[in-house]
Amino acid sequence: MSRQSLTKAHAKITELSWEPTFATPATRFGTDYTFEKAPKKDPLKQIMRSYFPMEEEKDNRVYGAMDGAIRGNMFRQVQQRWLEWQKLFLSIIPFPEISAARAMPMAIDAVPNPEIHNGLAVQMIDEVRHSTIQMNLKKLYMNNYIDPAGFDMTEKAFANNYAGTIGRQFGEGFITGDAITAANIYLTVVAETAFTNTLFVAMPDEAAANGDYLLPTVFHSVQSDESRHISNGYSILLMALADERNRPLLERDLRYAWWNNHCVVDAAIGTFIEYGTKDRRKDRESYAEMWRRWIYDDYYRSYLLPLEKYGLTIPHDLVEEAWKRIVDKGYVHEVARFFATGWPVNYWRIDAMTDKDFEWFEDKYPGWYSKYGKWWENYNRLAYPGRNKPIAFEDVGYQYPHRCWTCMVPALIHEDMVTEKVDGQWRTYCSETCYWTDAVAFRGEYDGRPTPNMGRLTGFREWETLHHGKDLADIVSDLGYVRDDGKTLIGQPHLDLDDPKKMWTLDDVRGNTFNSPNVLLNEMTDAEREAHIAAYKANGTKAVA
Amino acid sequence: MEQTKQRSFPRIEFTDSEAGALEFPSSKSRSYNYYKPAKLRATMYEDVTVDVQPDPERHLTQGWIYGFGDGPGGYPKEWTAAKSSNWHAFLDPNEEWNQTIYRNNSAVVRQVDLGLQNAKRARAYDAWNPAWLKFVERNLGAWMHAENGLALHVFTSIQRSGPTNMINTAVAVNAAHKMRFAQDLALFNLDLAEAEVEFDGSAHKEVWQSAPEWQPTREVVERLTAVGDWCELLFATNIVFEQLVGSLFRTELVMQIAARNGDYLTPTIVGTGEHDYDRDLAYTRNLFRLLTRDEQHGETNKVLFGEWLTTWVPRCLAAAQALQPIWSQPADKSVTFADSLDAAKQKFRSLLEDLGLDIPKELDK
Repeated sequence: MSRQSLTKAHAKITELSWEPTFATPATRFGTDYTFEKAPKKDPLKQIMRSYFPMEEEKDNRVYGAMDGAIRGNMFRQVQQRWLEWQKLFLSIIPFPEISAARAMPMAIDAVPNPEIHNGLAVQMIDEVRHSTIQMNLKKLYMNNYIDPAGFDMTEKAFANNYAGTIGRQFGEGFITGDAITAANIYLTVVAETAFTNTLFVAMPDEAAANGDYLLPTVFHSVQSDESRHISNGYSILLMALADERNRPLLERDLRYAWWNNHCVVDAAIGTFIEYGTKDRRKDRESYAEMWRRWIYDDYYRSYLLPLEKYGLTIPHDLVEEAWKRIVDKGYVHEVARFFATGWPVNYWRIDAMTDKDFEWFEDKYPGWYSKYGKWWENYNRLAYPGRNKPIAFEDVGYQYPHRCWTCMVPALIHEDMVTEKVDGQWRTYCSETCYWTDAVAFRGEYDGRPTPNMGRLTGFREWETLHHGKDLADIVSDLGYVRDDGKTLIGQPHLDLDDPKKMWTLDDVRGNTFNSPNVLLNEMTDAEREAHIAAYKANGTKAVA
Repeated sequence: MEQTKQRSFPRIEFTDSEAGALEFPSSKSRSYNYYKPAKLRATMYEDVTVDVQPDPERHLTQGWIYGFGDGPGGYPKEWTAAKSSNWHAFLDPNEEWNQTIYRNNSAVVRQVDLGLQNAKRARAYDAWNPAWLKFVERNLGAWMHAENGLALHVFTSIQRSGPTNMINTAVAVNAAHKMRFAQDLALFNLDLAEAEVEFDGSAHKEVWQSAPEWQPTREVVERLTAVGDWCELLFATNIVFEQLVGSLFRTELVMQIAARNGDYLTPTIVGTGEHDYDRDLAYTRNLFRLLTRDEQHGETNKVLFGEWLTTWVPRCLAAAQALQPIWSQPADKSVTFADSLDAAKQKFRSLLEDLGLDIPKELDK
């Protein structure tokens, strides 16, 4: 279809909407934003007549590549270190995708602009595409990769795992609370516009370097739909900016959304890229370098900063702090170490780091070895059962961390941890901003104005609470993270599948009692708690024995 | 001499990480094991759809971690008055997922596109009589609004609220059907407006907004969009409105009389909407049959659906009755309104019987 006829066709389609006079659509999902004065902004034009064949063609390319990968024995050259992490990533990501589809009517309800309604409804179909195409990729991995354990229980594991929950907020954040906060600022303006760059572009790049060219095939195809979504989000953002009353809410939501996305996405994708790769070429970009390119330059400088001309205060401080956490405070390395500490309750295996990895990390992050090297050597030393417990229960100078009540990634940068009594409970937070999110932003009143539509933090937010005082073997068994012989764990702290003696079983992990740091914190006297917090914060991110 | 930067690339390493390379516990566990497929082997549809939307009553241990200001988040079962002892038992008989959505709809796009091209090439519109041109201009023009309204404010809306991924995905595909069909009608309208025939491409707006015969239909569509209970919305739309108004107009009128008025193209396009509804009715029928046959809640559900029928049947019948004048607009009036309405009512009755619901008395009037 020519550009001229596309414009004409789009103009015709806009004639389909009308002003209702008998009844107006139910407002199922409210917002505290107002659009009374908003000028109507057009998103990217898309009509179904061209949309379906375009996507069908994209699909054909994806499925052709999948057939080719199997015929060409791609799995002969896939790195297990890499594909094991996909058991976690691909268990999480279809839920945020389908949640994005479910979020679209929330934005439609909230924004009085038929032009945008069309774009949002098309996005809904895109997101169904993304979710099911990703589930299908995972199925292919399960069928063709050497170790299907973990892929085979994927959605159950996602729903009962400590790391699955960290990822789940990414999806739940799209569909809950104030319709604009959730479906526009959190989902589109921040998650899709900023962080899909690392999710769907940077990470597939790493997959290819590890012998897996199907992840790039699927995720680049997914990413090619994102520009339309970004356009939807930007149109709504501009409409919201037209009313001065929205400004404090926009500034609140940009702070929350930016920080939460950083906490969650950088934790996960940073770990996959840095610790899931075998490609240790010195000229390969580190996650920090990728972040600088994709998030700092492409998003912050090119997208966020220009919003200042509309008088909006951009969270410069939080962008800088996120950068500082990644480069100076070892955020990604701390998360990787935490995931590896928790290997018995994982449904994927984590490879040890070798001298070659150490050298690369030291080159990219000077000082890395003095902080993390010894711990990874211990991880390697304690990799097999028989003579030792799982590393979490051995003295390697590592304290099992407190969980952040808001982002659910633990407070791994100890000196930054905030501890406050909120809603009658002592809670820990990884940062001031996560504390603010719970105590100030997600409340029925903000800055002296009622915000009845804002969401709430709910659920059993500290995963460890559910398993407090239980034996590790019983926890693993209850979670279902056991292989089909009924005793061998799915998670293992190594990649050796050739010797059964190297595989940990329930008996090998029995006798270790697991406790919730939050339950213990709340049982302490005031003096005990103060001393405990002081010691925790003093430990900082310093070297460990 | 300028030095070129040395190319750097990752090394290929043969890892022998293929399925079957080694035997160890779970090395042959190559199917999703967290749900029970409906048949012996899981279908692709089940594998990519089931449990992607978690449920605290299945595997979700920490509960929903975000809530609304005035209630729980996630997908509360209380968002409808209908009850099921197992919402997860519903599976879409169309087995819609990524590939089917695009394959099916692209096939429709090609069919419509070919039809439009051929009609233009053959100057097919020249042969239409003025009464038929007017009929299409006004009535098909009005109807496309209804389809679009249902796409954006009924089906797109419902798919946020159902308690399982299987329900919400089936409804999302329904929304895509409606949106595509509404747009196809609009672009057909554009083609006609650009053809060298007497056709006012903007008349549809006035007809939909003000023509007396279409106002009760517009009223029902608008009232549908105002319903908060997602299950009532689906029932009222796909079971009641589509049968008594949608099928009455599309199946019992347009599809019956277009060819006799020299128009072979409109049935091709409207036929795609009929095909969509056939598929969409199939999933809707499955869902409501599951609810009326539920051992624990079936009887209460039937009472509830009876109440919904009491609300929506009179409204839809009023809309149907108001459309009567358009049956006399074409030059060739090969069907009567009474016959068309009888046929629509009869199909509606048999659908309700299939669901085990009482036939509303209004149908016999």
